[in-house]
Amino acid sequence: MSARVWSKGGAGADLVVRGARVVDPQARLDAVCDVFVKRGKIAALGEDLEVPQSTRTVDGAGHLLLPGFVDLHAHLRTPGREDEEDLVSGTAAAAAGGYVALFSMANTDPVIDSAPVLEGLAQRAGAEASVPTGFFASVSRDLAGKQLTEMHELAQAGAVGFSDDGKPLATAQLLRRALQYVKVTDRFVALHAQDDALMGAGVMHEGPVSAKLGLTGIPAIAESADVARALEVARYEDGRVHLCHVSSALTLEHLARARELGVRVTAEVTPHHLTMTDEAVYSLDSGVKMNPPLRAESDRKALLAALKSGLIDCVATDHAPHAQQEKEVPFEAAAFGTIGLETAFASLYTRAVMARKLSLAVLVERMSQAPARIAGITPPTIAAGETANVCLIDIEARWVVDAAQLRSKSTNSAWLGETLQGRVKLTLAGGRLVFEGGA
Amino acid sequence: MAKRDLLSIDDLTRAEAELVLDTAESFLPVLQRDIKKVPTLRGRTIINMFYESSTRTLTSFELAAKRLSADTMNVRASGSAVDKGESLKDTILTLSAYQPDIIVMRHPQIGACRLASRYTTASVINAGDGKFQHPSQALLDLFTMRQALGKALDGLKVWIVGDILHSRVARSDIAAFQLLGMDVTVAGPPPLIPRDVETLGVSVEHDLDRLKEADVVYLLRMQMERMQEGANFIPSLREYSALYGMTLERLRPGQKVMHPGPINRGIEISSAIADHPDTLILEQVESGLAVRMAILYRTIVGYDERSASERGAA
Repeated sequence: MSARVWSKGGAGADLVVRGARVVDPQARLDAVCDVFVKRGKIAALGEDLEVPQSTRTVDGAGHLLLPGFVDLHAHLRTPGREDEEDLVSGTAAAAAGGYVALFSMANTDPVIDSAPVLEGLAQRAGAEASVPTGFFASVSRDLAGKQLTEMHELAQAGAVGFSDDGKPLATAQLLRRALQYVKVTDRFVALHAQDDALMGAGVMHEGPVSAKLGLTGIPAIAESADVARALEVARYEDGRVHLCHVSSALTLEHLARARELGVRVTAEVTPHHLTMTDEAVYSLDSGVKMNPPLRAESDRKALLAALKSGLIDCVATDHAPHAQQEKEVPFEAAAFGTIGLETAFASLYTRAVMARKLSLAVLVERMSQAPARIAGITPPTIAAGETANVCLIDIEARWVVDAAQLRSKSTNSAWLGETLQGRVKLTLAGGRLVFEGGA
Repeated sequence: MAKRDLLSIDDLTRAEAELVLDTAESFLPVLQRDIKKVPTLRGRTIINMFYESSTRTLTSFELAAKRLSADTMNVRASGSAVDKGESLKDTILTLSAYQPDIIVMRHPQIGACRLASRYTTASVINAGDGKFQHPSQALLDLFTMRQALGKALDGLKVWIVGDILHSRVARSDIAAFQLLGMDVTVAGPPPLIPRDVETLGVSVEHDLDRLKEADVVYLLRMQMERMQEGANFIPSLREYSALYGMTLERLRPGQKVMHPGPINRGIEISSAIADHPDTLILEQVESGLAVRMAILYRTIVGYDERSASERGAA
């Protein structure tokens, strides 16, 4: 199997984390113990581990030690918009969020639509990315929705999957061809489901809030109708599809039916759709303008329930950095999107786990192992012999999301000023220490 | 005796197909003589109606008729009454007034030959109708295989690789190869493999990992002229070639390679394969003449006896 993620090299970490609560759903582990990492590999787990005296000890008391997170959906804006994010800043943000692998979307400039572009990025990631980083390639050349990309060559070059994310696939025929042709690879097609005509010039969820504010609505059916069509095509072609950033309860009905019918479909949901609603738009703060938009409370509850049940497979950030000048404009004129790598776990821990809507173990599975399986990389797990892909989280730490402290080059976070609980203290990715937070 | 058409391989039983091949073999010595002509179909009239461009099929049908001493006429769509808006039905009725024995017809539309047959007392031989059938090609392919591999074709494994969707050769060959007991696999990019094609009794592959199991590898070209702009069957010829182009590395020694032509070197076939001694492409062209003589002959004298006069005729 060719590589699907790349990062800069470096020595494997040597350290022992003592007394952390280790939670690893895949290993069926939830216990307080020591974890000894030697040259980047998990050498031993247990109580009162004996380790060489020179080994650095990290006090894990009051902390969680988790399999590191995997983000299937980030926009690292490279190449083309390195003013918004680059591989250094994007992976620094990921490391600070406890991520041990992430995948960047293809809507860059130039588009990741040919093997040379992908290979160039892979090479850059090999020199610059602290956290192992992979890339989607586009479904259509130049995202033009006309001609398929050379998927086989792109898969050989390491594309994790194919997506025109940022844009829907304009026709069912293009999706059909993509799902047929992608079978020459073992990859999948990730869909930004959106009926452009229904979306129109919408800027927020269509509902009571848009009625009050006068903002043009994006109806839930703009997503669900396109999802329904896509799932019909996927069923007919027995194609493997992944639904990006599912936002509405209507979509979930189609997803559930497709699952029952055996359609090979996976789905992701963002932290913001799981924790916020269109009520946030009353602020007219452009930071809460996303596409798909924050939807109704009933949608949010349904998404959380679906994540819990496994109908939605995983959490993905849709980390979407934007330059200040693209967000410091009136709501209607602002770019869509929020960054999310540094706040994903804390926001979900605070708003879902602490609110007793989701268990910690399920959250960890949905943020770490489930997305890794979809991406086709080895799921992070805390077991002897495995490469250390872990994060240590101070679970009592409360912190205010502050633009000045974010590692991302962009500060368009929907959580700015919010108080969250649970802060990443240390991240080991690919066996290397990639992040260590202050006290 | 009712007239006998050859519209599709399905019009033939196994015994009839083998009879055509045996007949073709009996014509081979004729083609080696200085005087390459026999009087067998003297006084018979054969019209070649070609509504689609063709080099090898038209010339070989025409020459086959001439070798058998039949009178032949060629009608093409351009420069004929078709240019003046005449319908196919009326053209057929008009030409049938000359009492032809056989109309050999190529047409871009599926069903044209069947329609023609309805309006003429001549036997109609399909020389290619759109994406449906090209039975004389399939018979000459069988003949080529017999010449190269011996008469027992049962159990041979044949892989047909390429644009199956748009290929009348593939549709004819699948039926013909199965008729003679061969085991057929079709391989190509998923968009160019017809949905449910496995119901025809073939295996389907999207890669060539198991190609070496094949005794015969039958290549097809990308029929770009049948692909609509933006139809997206393949991302590029370049990637097609990387995935399915036949190279020495993909084949094992002794595997026979066939192709109905015209070949596109560097796309579905490398020059090294095109010019390789295990490649039967030129043998296919050579077989075309004897097989088409046999088809014309059988169409007129029938398939039900292997008489002494037939031997004498050759």
